[in-house]
Amino acid sequence: MKNEQAGLYIHIPFCLSKCGYCSFYSIESVNLIPEFVSALKEEIKNYSNIFSLFDTIYFGGGTPSLLTPRQLAEILEAVNKYYKIDKNSEITLEANPGDISLQYLKELRGIGINRLNIGIQSFDDKILRFLGRRHSVKEAVAAIEAARQAGFNNMGIDLIYGVHGLGIKSWENTLQKAVSFAPEHISSYQLSLDIKTPLYKKYSSANWHLPDEKTELKLFLTTSEELESTGYIHYEVSNFARLDKFKSRHNQKYWRHVPYLGLGPAAHSLLNNKRWRNKALVKTYIKEIASGKMPVEGSEILSNEQLQLEAMFLGLRTKTGIDLKRYKTKYNIDLFAEKKTIIDALIKNKLVELKNGFLRPTRAGMAVADSLALI
Amino acid sequence: MENIRNFSIIAHIDHGKSTLADRLIQFTGVCNERNFQDQILDNMDIERERGITIKSNAISLPYRAKDGKDYILNLIDTPGHVDFSYEVSRSLASCEGVLLLIDAAQGVQAQTLANLYLALEHDLEIIPVINKIDLPSADVDRVLEEIDSELGLDPFTHIKCSAKEGTGIEEVLEAIVQRIPPPKGNPENPLAALIFDAKYDSFRGTIIHCRVFEGTVKSGDIIKFMYNGTTYKVEEVGHFLLTRAKREKLSAGEVGYIIAGVKTVSDVRTGDTITLQDKPCTHPLPGFKEVKPVVFASIYPIASDDYQDLSDSLEKYKLNDASFIYEKDSSAALGQGFRCGFLGLLHLDIVQERLEREFDLSIILSVPSVRYRFTLKDKSVIYVDNPSHYPDPVEIDKGEEPYIRSSMMLPERYLGAVMKLCMEKRGVNSVMNYTGPGRVELSYEMPLSEVIYDFYDRFKSVTQGYGSFDYDVTDYRESNLVLMDILVNSEKVDALSQIVHRERARARALLACERLKEEIPRQMFKIAIQGAIGGEIIARTTITPFRKDVIAKCYGGDISRKRKLLEKQKAGKKRMKMIGNVSIPQSAFLAVLKSDTD
Repeated sequence: MKNEQAGLYIHIPFCLSKCGYCSFYSIESVNLIPEFVSALKEEIKNYSNIFSLFDTIYFGGGTPSLLTPRQLAEILEAVNKYYKIDKNSEITLEANPGDISLQYLKELRGIGINRLNIGIQSFDDKILRFLGRRHSVKEAVAAIEAARQAGFNNMGIDLIYGVHGLGIKSWENTLQKAVSFAPEHISSYQLSLDIKTPLYKKYSSANWHLPDEKTELKLFLTTSEELESTGYIHYEVSNFARLDKFKSRHNQKYWRHVPYLGLGPAAHSLLNNKRWRNKALVKTYIKEIASGKMPVEGSEILSNEQLQLEAMFLGLRTKTGIDLKRYKTKYNIDLFAEKKTIIDALIKNKLVELKNGFLRPTRAGMAVADSLALI
Repeated sequence: MENIRNFSIIAHIDHGKSTLADRLIQFTGVCNERNFQDQILDNMDIERERGITIKSNAISLPYRAKDGKDYILNLIDTPGHVDFSYEVSRSLASCEGVLLLIDAAQGVQAQTLANLYLALEHDLEIIPVINKIDLPSADVDRVLEEIDSELGLDPFTHIKCSAKEGTGIEEVLEAIVQRIPPPKGNPENPLAALIFDAKYDSFRGTIIHCRVFEGTVKSGDIIKFMYNGTTYKVEEVGHFLLTRAKREKLSAGEVGYIIAGVKTVSDVRTGDTITLQDKPCTHPLPGFKEVKPVVFASIYPIASDDYQDLSDSLEKYKLNDASFIYEKDSSAALGQGFRCGFLGLLHLDIVQERLEREFDLSIILSVPSVRYRFTLKDKSVIYVDNPSHYPDPVEIDKGEEPYIRSSMMLPERYLGAVMKLCMEKRGVNSVMNYTGPGRVELSYEMPLSEVIYDFYDRFKSVTQGYGSFDYDVTDYRESNLVLMDILVNSEKVDALSQIVHRERARARALLACERLKEEIPRQMFKIAIQGAIGGEIIARTTITPFRKDVIAKCYGGDISRKRKLLEKQKAGKKRMKMIGNVSIPQSAFLAVLKSDTD
């Protein structure tokens, strides 16, 4: 794992309309796309003396599927020009079900995209409207079928639970429907209300609440049990893969402090103990790159203590858990010896288990991963 | 000496003592309006906020009386709480007269009486001053009647004033000049000076506040403390104006300060007599007594890294508080700390608050305890003020606990409630007197441990603030004592152990369990809280675990944001104490000490 190669994240900050719950940065002025793509190609060049090799590329957003295959190809060409891309790379694109025709998907395959992540969110039209998605269930199903037809054999779908008015029953239906398409990967996110989002305002003015702890737990456990019973691996709090090889290689880099370069507005990067983020405004991003500047908003040097805390909370969100030996080498702390009393209690209460030198959360442990990190 | 008057103001709490002192200072022009800060004599923040004087203080007021002569009026302020009654008595011993201040609306209260008795003991001239006559609820006639019937003083000698509005101040000053006798004594006699206070100054060391009764002291003299015979060379003497004012000498009748290179206030005993080494007086001045703490508790830093800081802070604090004592202590649950002795619960409160405020420390306090006496089977007698030193129960022949005689004044309508409370607190031998229409003086003998537990808060609550309370520790009495422990997930929290009367143990344990349940946040697993005597569980509660806290949200590469949230929580957790596998917040320890009235 020591020699894991870096990952490349490319943020496409455009959406035709904002979804009510989303707090990621994006704008609706798609007329800026051509200028943005040029700036992005320039930014790709800027880091060529810092990064050299990637084995995952991830187009996230925003809505990457608003870009034409031509534009995406240009970006990938620029990447290939300045960096070595491993021949077994995982190259993912996030797509909105309404945008992707069979023709479009075929072209994506043609330019080297080999993993598709579709923002399905729900198999219930009412919920989709509630969330402010611009696609329907029918379009979602069509998108999945088209992806298969175009030859995507590594496909992930995103789902959201904990939505107002969505009971356990309805969520189970959505899960079953999802499983029926046998996607290689399922991300199942719990709705959270960021204060800046329209949905937050909607909830507070209607005096709605997110599910209580008991319901949340039930939803979480149901998801885990149902999907694992059909063969999925619950490998991270919100992520499920049909086989080990279908785990998101790119996302796992985030969780393991593997270096990653984030390009595009508001993207984050990590190299060794330095993390930095780009400015969010598309226009500023374009302008600064045009004038030869790095559009970096800020950076931080992570202290050993901060890295440790991150390693704890990220590690304990994953089924793999924390490699105690590696943790000791890296931070010079024998976690097990230091926290023996509390770890013993956690083991006794079936929240974690110790296996082959790994401290890993159980299913119930994953549900309280935030507290596990603070032991 | 004819032109000196030494006096004090005594009053029940909140009857306006500090405000009257301020007016006297203003009127005599020691300070101008510009640098006048309300309640000058209370110069610690806590004193000003709580409105009580903790340490006494003194000031000399120059006053030209109506007879055309110039006088020096030495005002010696006194602390206003039962915990500090010895200090009050030493201040009074330094005076020839007192202003007995009575609130026109509240009338005579327990401490008015207690202070009057102290003044009578010292044979002082007493001038009753009725304050707050501006209040709509003022009832001067009733107060006059109480002065006659309850205090046995001549009501015609009183002065009416409103310190707040500044009326009657000149009359007060004239009465001081005319009615309080000038000091006696001979400057040529061997030196005899009474120490009534001491303050620590980081540049000069201890500033001794004293009243010279006989003889003269000047810089260069070698003085001797009669209590322990130590000697020091006098560096400076002077009077108290708003700041220290250096003088050639202090002579019989005067009040002032001595600086003599004394390192800490603990080297000085309030009430001790200072004399000259080469020309000593034959007898010390009467009334000296060594003050002994009656309430004990341990202090621990929340973060064990702060132990050294706590140690340094206690040392600094001790410089200025001779009645506070401490020694090293350690707890299995809380680590290294200090066992401390206090004059009473208010004193304990003040120390805690000052450590937190002035020294910026987060501390945990153990349950306060009195000093118990045990006779063991081998006939040896031991004193135990720390539950962790509780003897092996099979070795105990007899346990005893200190008792007090309380004195309470209250309106008759609260009599039933107060008697009920006193019985509940194991009060015996009640004495009751009607001191005036609708007013009762009530006295009970009670275990001190009940009083320090939550008696005072509950007394104030049942009398809706109209009752006043004072006490004296009297003797030890046999008592059926047990050691009660609190266990959190089977781990003993020794700081919460208490020595209690067997019959009170269960109720006390239940209350502690409930309090802890309210204050300890839910954790990842079930927490059992138990109260136990030895191996016997006498109370139990549980805290259910939380089952879901993870945010199953996607956050791409933006891990810093999530980390910052966790960092905040982690910082909060650092302020908790890990006992076994459970994190207990400071508030939980405090909650166990609190009474159940609030």
